[in-house]
Amino acid sequence: MRLLNRSVGRLSRHRRGRLAGLVVLLLGLLLTGGLYATLAPAQAGKAESQEELVKKGRELFLVSCSFCHGKNGEGILTKRGDQLGPPLTDVGAAAVDFQVGTGRMPAQQPGAQIPRKNPAFNEEEIAALAAYVASLGQGPAIPEETDYDIDAYLESQGLKGDDYKEAKEAAITRGGQIFLSNCTACHNFEGSGGAMPRGGAAPKIRGVDSKYIYEAMLTGPQSMDTFSNGNIPPDAKRDIIAYLNALDEQPEYGGWGSGGLGPVVEGMWAWLIGLGLCVGAAVWIASHTTRSSKKPSKGVDA
Amino acid sequence: MSDAHDNSLPALPEEEPIPNPGLPEHQWRPTDVDPKAEKRAERQVASYFVGSMICTVLFIVIYVAVDEDQTIAGFGASNVGLGVTFGLALLGMGVGLIHWARKLMGDHEIVEMRHPARSPEEDREVTLKALETGTEESGILRRPLLRNTLLGGLGLVGLPAVVILKDLNTGSYDVDQFYHTLWGATDGDDKLPKMRIARDSIGTPILASDLEIGDLVNCVPHAFYDPERYGLTEADVEGHKLQVEKSKAALILLRMEPDDIKPGKGRENWDVNGIVAYSKICTHVGCPISLNERTTHHLLCPCHQSTFDLADAGRVVFGPAGRPLPQLQLDVDEEGYLVAASDFVEPVGPSFWERDYDER
Repeated sequence: MRLLNRSVGRLSRHRRGRLAGLVVLLLGLLLTGGLYATLAPAQAGKAESQEELVKKGRELFLVSCSFCHGKNGEGILTKRGDQLGPPLTDVGAAAVDFQVGTGRMPAQQPGAQIPRKNPAFNEEEIAALAAYVASLGQGPAIPEETDYDIDAYLESQGLKGDDYKEAKEAAITRGGQIFLSNCTACHNFEGSGGAMPRGGAAPKIRGVDSKYIYEAMLTGPQSMDTFSNGNIPPDAKRDIIAYLNALDEQPEYGGWGSGGLGPVVEGMWAWLIGLGLCVGAAVWIASHTTRSSKKPSKGVDA
Repeated sequence: MSDAHDNSLPALPEEEPIPNPGLPEHQWRPTDVDPKAEKRAERQVASYFVGSMICTVLFIVIYVAVDEDQTIAGFGASNVGLGVTFGLALLGMGVGLIHWARKLMGDHEIVEMRHPARSPEEDREVTLKALETGTEESGILRRPLLRNTLLGGLGLVGLPAVVILKDLNTGSYDVDQFYHTLWGATDGDDKLPKMRIARDSIGTPILASDLEIGDLVNCVPHAFYDPERYGLTEADVEGHKLQVEKSKAALILLRMEPDDIKPGKGRENWDVNGIVAYSKICTHVGCPISLNERTTHHLLCPCHQSTFDLADAGRVVFGPAGRPLPQLQLDVDEEGYLVAASDFVEPVGPSFWERDYDER
């Protein structure tokens, strides 16, 4: 009791301190917030049924997507007969997760290329939208982590140590061959992306979340061809992603790859920047010499 | 300052159109007037050269000591080390030499007068005379036999290059090989099955029901992965042969809305439920192409931008290609796998001399 009295006394000495008011205010806020969090009725999020998710998704859809894709996702044609927004009846949850998760949808304007940007919705809202669009028809579902992540898959298979390493190496090698046969034509030999007709572009796919790469193959966003599971089997898709991720971990033994964009970019560095610097240095050397106002004291041969 | 021009050259005009202002007064460098600055510059140049020596020694040390799989900041340590040290060794020599020239070597101005570009009359006569003497003494005009055989010899010297270059074509110039691909390996043999279409690099044959609308598959003949099934041996699909066969048989398979397809004349039944197959080899100069736009069915060759419409019998819609992409007639075997109904009906890839004159 004496101990308590003494510490209260010590605290009390600070009660008129400059920061005392602030400390008390913060403590009060913390206490109220903490109490509310523990005592308030549990959030509906966890227990939200599929039906509620779809309903919430439909509300979001009507506000943000229906202008182009129609009120029931049936797609809308312009007066000229062009497609304003394609029908979404059979695109599935994977397409929504990709398009909205990478910020491509909702698009700011129709065009040859809908660029990637910051997502407009949070994860819960994306899940709700995906659930709603998936309910409109048949389409691929959002993949599991073991579908696209080689590490998660090998762990789920119970592989360890050298077996694990060997299996991963094999997957990367296989994935590389499949990548070179199927993807390099548009996305460049190391996934740096490239130009497409009529102002489009195949985006860079390095450093993209593995899930989105998998979903893009599955659903064929924008002008991209589909690589459905009947085309490239799920295992092969996972191998391709393992290869792409391995590219990121691999040191650049040959020096800086300047984005892996090929000879035009390398030539630009060598001819414009390299030679330009050399010419600049030569000009600079010739135009700068310090001169003295003095003259040599004894006869120096000029 | 002495007049540097040669007396044999045409004389300069006596009277100058404007008075010659002469050279401005020579300005001295600090190293010319201050012995301390001169010493300092000497030491600087020497230190550049010594720095270069150190870098060269470091180069050798790095070459011996650094393993090729070591890395530094995400780059190969050996390459970075060798490049930096060798570059600095050369740079040290260069900077040292320039510094030497700028600070310590002679700095006086030299005047050299301009002269007309035309050689003096005298020199021209001497040269022409020498040429005439040569022609006369060699007798090249009087001895046509020698002149003509010499020209003949020179002309023939170019021929070996033509012969060697011609042999780059797989060793034998056999036009017939352009007309056959592995897709027709079992044509005309009822006991052997039709060639199934397999996924490139994956190797599995494709069921017609596997594909969805919008799918694009890069394909090769199934014989690459299972030669015995088609009466071939491993040796037929290995090494050089594999490369040659792949370069002719590479195929792209697309499934599109059946209503989108405008079949070519006589090709109404070449697709299977909206699945069409075309050669992957551009008809311009033979680049492999699979750069396709799903929404337009336009296939673009990245080499020279030839564009083919795969919904319209491979028609060229843009670019230098002269002929549509050859189409492969598809069929389904009893197990539901996609097969080639027969070989391509025309040679795949770029044109060749005999193609247009052939009666085949």
